[in-house]
Amino acid sequence: MTTVCYRPLVKIAVTFAIASGLLGCSSLGVQPWEKDQFARADMALNSEKLDLALDDHIYFSKEGTSGGRSLAGGGCGCN
Amino acid sequence: MQLTSKQHIASALAIASCSLIGQQAYAADPQLTQDDWKVDAAIMYYGEQDRVQAAEAIGNVQKAFGDTSLLDMKIVVDSLTGASASGAVAQAESQTFTRPSGKGEYTINAGDTPLDDTFHDTRVQLSANWQEVLNQDWTTNVGVYASKEFDYLSMGVNAGLERSLNKNNTTLSLSAAFTNDIVDPVGGRPMAMSQMVFRDNYESDADYQAAFDQTRLSGDDTKQTSDIMFGVTQILNRNWLMQANYGLSSVSGYMTDPYKILSEVDLNGQTQAYRYENRPDSRLKHSVFVMTKGALDSGVVDFSYRYSTDDWDIQSHTLETHYRYNLSPTMYAQLHLRYYQQQAAEFYQPFLLSGEDLPEYASADYRIGDMTAYTVGVKFGQRLSNGHEMSYRLEYYQQNPDNNGTVLPGQLQQYDLFPSVKAIVAQVSYSF
Repeated sequence: MTTVCYRPLVKIAVTFAIASGLLGCSSLGVQPWEKDQFARADMALNSEKLDLALDDHIYFSKEGTSGGRSLAGGGCGCN
Repeated sequence: MQLTSKQHIASALAIASCSLIGQQAYAADPQLTQDDWKVDAAIMYYGEQDRVQAAEAIGNVQKAFGDTSLLDMKIVVDSLTGASASGAVAQAESQTFTRPSGKGEYTINAGDTPLDDTFHDTRVQLSANWQEVLNQDWTTNVGVYASKEFDYLSMGVNAGLERSLNKNNTTLSLSAAFTNDIVDPVGGRPMAMSQMVFRDNYESDADYQAAFDQTRLSGDDTKQTSDIMFGVTQILNRNWLMQANYGLSSVSGYMTDPYKILSEVDLNGQTQAYRYENRPDSRLKHSVFVMTKGALDSGVVDFSYRYSTDDWDIQSHTLETHYRYNLSPTMYAQLHLRYYQQQAAEFYQPFLLSGEDLPEYASADYRIGDMTAYTVGVKFGQRLSNGHEMSYRLEYYQQNPDNNGTVLPGQLQQYDLFPSVKAIVAQVSYSF
């Protein structure tokens, strides 16, 4: 009987946990005037894009898996 | 609201200026000023001990048109020479192999891993991408890609869409690409699992050529790759952001490496024949990539993890980090560490056993076998007095292939069938 009583509570708790998790995403982040650190060139996700492109080519040629950071693509018949 | 005091004006200006910075600050956006050019160029040397040597030059030009349009063009030229593992196993006696073209032979000393030194290739790759900011929330991009080397042509198109939300703290992205490759190997495509023929076993050149042609398929072949990727970038707090991507890649067509072979050995481990490998003509790959990047007082750090799996049964885990330390306002030093671990494809086997039925698919290419690899790199960057930036990078990359559990018969136990591959990467970059 106790289980039956608790079941709706568990459902509500799970629903609340999922909902707050989803809402949590929208509460993450900062106000526009707090983004000074992200204005730094070295914080851009593509700040070292040549290095990343060259690395991708090496690992694509030498390993069995590729991509992940960006599209894996086709590319070359590299040996 | 009417501003009634200096204090109010000061704080309003502070908020206004910070929010302007904030608008520009969006992490995934290129940091370009209006109508500006940005050029990045690099030359790189990649050298393996006793194996492949490659030189690569890369140039990237970005041109902004107003504050909504961005053209990005890239050219890559690379040149490859040296030897790569053919897939055959070391033996107690010297071994002679027919070159992939069928013209000529090369010999490997007793006890050495067979390396094919036939490869000399130059590749040119061009790509262009147009990015358009549609409005405050939506950004789109389209691109084209082409890469040409002697025996290979790859051409592709790609497109992407980004949606900013949650005060630009969250970006959702969806991108897709399609690539069509044409493979036209030197000497033609080997017939799957066919046996290598040797000039010495035939009386005339014509007889040998006829036998060689029997092992080959005429014409070229194609490979199609369709990729789709869904990504989320999220600003977590004032210093940290994170990115998560899921990628799905479907490949169909010719994926066999026409230059790779397998040794067929007897129960003593002695080679009886060499056979050309064969791989399935479809592959479905999934990847999950997560990264976090943080702004430190003295630099920047990122950590990433990638999990990859596919229906060839290759699974991999990749851990990577970059840590940049600002030595001064114009100089930095950076450390790069990467660890990679891979599980072999289901059809990978280091050799074939004579007397057993030939499998439909088999490859002894160590690159799809069990393997771990690591990279240790350092980089030093400097902003010059004219505002240009110069950087130097030096990395060490080592691959450690492993036995996938295959029992080694007879003489094969005496040799290192899974030798490490050690490489150095040296790079100089210039940006203005």
